[in-house]
Amino acid sequence: MSAANTRLSQRLQQLRQAGRKALIPYITAGDPAPEHSVGLMHALVRGGADVIELGVPFSDPMADGPVIQLACERALAHHTGLWKVLDMVAEFRRQDSQTPVVLMGYLNPVETRGLKAFAERAQAAGVDGVLLVDLAVEEADTYLPTLRAHGLDCIFLIAPTSPAERIAAIAREASGYLYYVSLKGVTGAASLDVASVSAKLAEIRQHSSLPLVVGFGIRDAASAKAVGAVSDGVIVGSALVSEIEKNQQNPSALPAILQEKLHSLRLALDSLAA
Amino acid sequence: MTYQYPDAHGHFGIYGGQFVAETLMQPLRELAEAYERLRRDPGFIKAFHEDLRDYVGRPSPLYHAQNLTQRWGGAQIWLKREDLNHTGAHKINNTVGQALLAKYLGKPRIIAETGAGQHGVASATIAARLGLKCVVYMGAEDVERQSPNVFRMKLLGAEVRPVHSGTKTLKDAMNEAMRDWVSNVDDTFYVIGTVAGPHPYPMLVRDFQSVIGSEVIAQSQEKFGQLPDALVACVGGGSNAIGMFYPFIDHPQVAMYGVEAGGKGVASGEHAAPLTAGKPGVLHGNRTYIMADEDGQVIGTHSISAGLDYPGVGPEHSWLKDLGRVRYVDATDDEALAAFHELTRAEGIIPALESAHAVAYAKKLAPTLRPDQRIVVNLSGRGDKDIFTIAKLEGISLS
Repeated sequence: MSAANTRLSQRLQQLRQAGRKALIPYITAGDPAPEHSVGLMHALVRGGADVIELGVPFSDPMADGPVIQLACERALAHHTGLWKVLDMVAEFRRQDSQTPVVLMGYLNPVETRGLKAFAERAQAAGVDGVLLVDLAVEEADTYLPTLRAHGLDCIFLIAPTSPAERIAAIAREASGYLYYVSLKGVTGAASLDVASVSAKLAEIRQHSSLPLVVGFGIRDAASAKAVGAVSDGVIVGSALVSEIEKNQQNPSALPAILQEKLHSLRLALDSLAA
Repeated sequence: MTYQYPDAHGHFGIYGGQFVAETLMQPLRELAEAYERLRRDPGFIKAFHEDLRDYVGRPSPLYHAQNLTQRWGGAQIWLKREDLNHTGAHKINNTVGQALLAKYLGKPRIIAETGAGQHGVASATIAARLGLKCVVYMGAEDVERQSPNVFRMKLLGAEVRPVHSGTKTLKDAMNEAMRDWVSNVDDTFYVIGTVAGPHPYPMLVRDFQSVIGSEVIAQSQEKFGQLPDALVACVGGGSNAIGMFYPFIDHPQVAMYGVEAGGKGVASGEHAAPLTAGKPGVLHGNRTYIMADEDGQVIGTHSISAGLDYPGVGPEHSWLKDLGRVRYVDATDDEALAAFHELTRAEGIIPALESAHAVAYAKKLAPTLRPDQRIVVNLSGRGDKDIFTIAKLEGISLS
């Protein structure tokens, strides 16, 4: 179900043609406070981001580890709701019309605001894709047509526990990229086994030609490089968010810190280029 | 039966379903398949019923509360004595069933979330007996207000992990238990304590708890030759209520009342009554009535009773509300507290604060019915765990 001409799919296509790996950073919108988020997004682009995953804060982030839970709590202390997140994307778009932005979050804020209203506003703000963590493909049929009708790519997770028939079902519905969860666990978990990731990616490739990026457990240049070698790219979230946590009292330093951290991963991935 | 829910994907009308991250989808499917197989397996059924009889102490009595009946005027009050079960509440019916499932599936470790601590104690109890490792997640605030149960769990060999995130209550304990499960899915069985969570939990917890209602049907025939006129049960997640209601759904002459925690009054906003004052949303793996703000963030709840202090409710209750089959009402902290004292003094039965909510509503309902009519109140648990809370509220020092 790929919509091949979206900004997101074009960006990933270009990377593939150039033999480069996608670097996709995640931050939670509104962390450490809403006024910093757009500046941090631009810093991520300067650090080498190909796509940005922007987390929509939720009160009950069931799939997230402690680092992103705390990020949600910081953002929600400033009432960073879904509409506010879309305002951030719109502001980001005033200076950057090139970098695809994917919203990552949970279903309830979208349902509460209304799917159609969300899709319209997201498209208007310049959002490229949506990943709803707790929306399994079985429950997605009422959502996907509306999201697609507004030019939004629908990103799905695939897990180490996903059997072949689930992978096939997800591959039929997904567009943009497939997000492989590298381990059985929550975001920010520690143990990532590259050999088992590699084996599972080979299985997934039998079902889809979409770019296959890997997240959960990528924390530094070494792990980015190891995973990048067997995938189309990496997603790094908790490692960046913990930098925000550490420096939350000094937010003016955060853009440079995130840019530098991400740049080290960019160099590691680019060293893999053909 | 004309009422047949959930469907194959766990939907009760528009409610229920499976809203979890991808990692848990296959384990849930395996659980649903295993349960479908075992619920028809004569060996499993026999083991479950033997445990209910010999370990839990079932059937629990149906007791005619003549003093309350006399005080309140109107309908005869009968109490379903789940408080007399081993471990002191209805929770053990479900943990016995789920622990058997864990055993059949070969999982050596179980985890549980708990609010008041009753489900945690029931899980720790059955884990001790079956030799399973047991970890219980409990909101840090609940650890504080339910310390006797925390100690009981530790005596039984369970590890109690306080949860400091979010509102530090039951909902956060459930988030943390889900995170544990996703991280240890190979060797761990998640024993959910209520009829919430993703499919198949709302169904299987209901099935294990429905022994309550099935017994009430048999006992009412035996004691008064017909079905009761009304059932009353408290609703947090709603497992004791569903357990009593489910076998009665296709008996439309029996009125059913689910009593939510009205806290300081539903109008105050400080309550835990999503069916009364919330709206449909998605939380903890299912679609159901929840309490959330205009941004879809789940909001903090308030109840005097830790076991009802939950912003969601089992999806089947949402459906029964929309169908109009069950009427959902509320009782405030003050009403529950008054009912706690009244039952204690009138009948010599100290109820759990959760169950006292049902008693409080029965007191309002009784005078509206005739003396030849009968109300069965589910006395879902006993109040030993609550005496410290009550003493503190009333400024009494126990030391």
